[in-house]
Amino acid sequence: MPSIWSFPRITCRAGKVWQRNLEVFLKTWKVNFFPPFIEALLYLSAIGLGIGTYVGAIDGVPYITYIAPAILAISVMNSAFFECTYGSYVRMYYQKIFDAIIATPLSIEDVIAGEILWGATRSVISVAIMLPVLVAFGVISLPFSLFAIPLAFLGGLMFAGLAMCFTAITPSIDTLNYPSFLLITPMMLFSGTFFPLAILPAIFQYIALAVLPLTHLVALMRMATLPTLGALLPLNIAWILVATVIFCIVSINLMRRRLIV
Amino acid sequence: MPVIIEADDLTKTYNDTVAVSHIRFEVNKGEIFGFLGPNGAGKTTTMRMIECISPRTSGTLRVFGMDPDKKPAEIKEQIGVVPQETNLDPDFTCAGNLLTYARYFDIPAAEAEKRVENLLEFVALTEKRDSSIEKLSGGMKRRLILARALINNPGLLVLDEPTIGLDPQARHLIWERLRLLRAQGNTIVLTTHYLDEAARLCDRLVIMDHGTFLVEGAPADLVREQVGSEIIEMDNTPEVIACLADLGVPCEILGDQVQVATDASRELAKTLLDRCKTSRVSTRPATLEDVFLKLTGRTLRE
Repeated sequence: MPSIWSFPRITCRAGKVWQRNLEVFLKTWKVNFFPPFIEALLYLSAIGLGIGTYVGAIDGVPYITYIAPAILAISVMNSAFFECTYGSYVRMYYQKIFDAIIATPLSIEDVIAGEILWGATRSVISVAIMLPVLVAFGVISLPFSLFAIPLAFLGGLMFAGLAMCFTAITPSIDTLNYPSFLLITPMMLFSGTFFPLAILPAIFQYIALAVLPLTHLVALMRMATLPTLGALLPLNIAWILVATVIFCIVSINLMRRRLIV
Repeated sequence: MPVIIEADDLTKTYNDTVAVSHIRFEVNKGEIFGFLGPNGAGKTTTMRMIECISPRTSGTLRVFGMDPDKKPAEIKEQIGVVPQETNLDPDFTCAGNLLTYARYFDIPAAEAEKRVENLLEFVALTEKRDSSIEKLSGGMKRRLILARALINNPGLLVLDEPTIGLDPQARHLIWERLRLLRAQGNTIVLTTHYLDEAARLCDRLVIMDHGTFLVEGAPADLVREQVGSEIIEMDNTPEVIACLADLGVPCEILGDQVQVATDASRELAKTLLDRCKTSRVSTRPATLEDVFLKLTGRTLRE
């Protein structure tokens, strides 16, 4: 039995699982394309324009422009995380699709890699839909903001891998609620999203930088959309790369442990 | 005759539970080989090891001469699987299920289209081509799964209770298709709880219990060797029991019935009618079910 740290053998057959999910997604494209669009509109008008009226500016940046990259980063997180928790769990447990696929030349490693890849793709799709809205509001600058697309993919992989770790160990679909409200919701609020980390006590700043993946993604997104160069750029990139590799490897091995008996 | 599956000393344990214990068998090309046994006997575990989706604990296993631990993808390319549990993809239509599955086997789209039409016809589902999976009856789903298992033109079909819960019409259709496949040179391994199905279909079969084989052979031979050719049934009355004991005829008591297995039913039936005071003596041919119950007992299994 390989350990949870061993590098999984993934083949390009993983792409077939990705393709399967894409096909299903495109079948219902109308319901799938609207949420990111609406989400961007709602956040920008309620928080950006509404609350922004009272806040004014943060670090010399209008509030709505300050939160625009956070909206993108949160969407990256939510798309990948919910796709690879509830979405993958339904496909695995209720629809038994993984069982059907591993009876073909695909291995369980291929299947999970395909699912993670698909989760990251969901993030990219969300950001791609949101970008025009943000451009229309005039809150992001082009062309640097296009970096949001590759960032969405990288961040998407990270959150998809993290999500898949929870999916691999969850006893039931209900217990997936724990990571959702104990990790994802706090992260959405305390990762330098709607207010700068700098106003928090130092200890919380360090915690956010050490353990909250979203902190780093928000920082990078903000650098792309303002655009500006942050002092922690190398740390942000390195943190995300390392976390992505770890989450993806561990999740595939945990899934193997769960499904191959 | 080339050997398709070769297992020796094959063992599978889950934590502390032994599911399959040191079994040995060979399946030859072109035969239908059956695994019978009560629930928990180890049939499904054996199937899953052959399908390369459950690694063995010890022993050797070769499918098409290859080791499932080392060449799973190469083996799986040549296998068609009908699992016990219906696991069609509910997000696709009937044809969509087959097309998506074809892609997992790297079958080019044009070729896949052709095979899908042929297979839908083969399992009599052409009319349901564009129906969603939810709208299919249980029998239709099983037939579609059989079609799905054939999408890669497999040399070996592994069927885990292929006709579970089907009406007689659907069962007969599946049997007929399986015989057709055998005639085309396919090798088929199946498990079933329907002993009439096993007797009709299987060239050879094993009866297993508690992870080991109890007997192996052709169905008719097993019945003859294990039970005899016929069964005499009588009412369970004290007179009949006493009479059988007097005659020294071994019998089995099952509720309100007494059964005697024999090769010479006519003579024995006549004797019993003359000697024992019983109103009912009926004879019937012995079946695989008699063998099965004799070997595995009548206790209910979980």
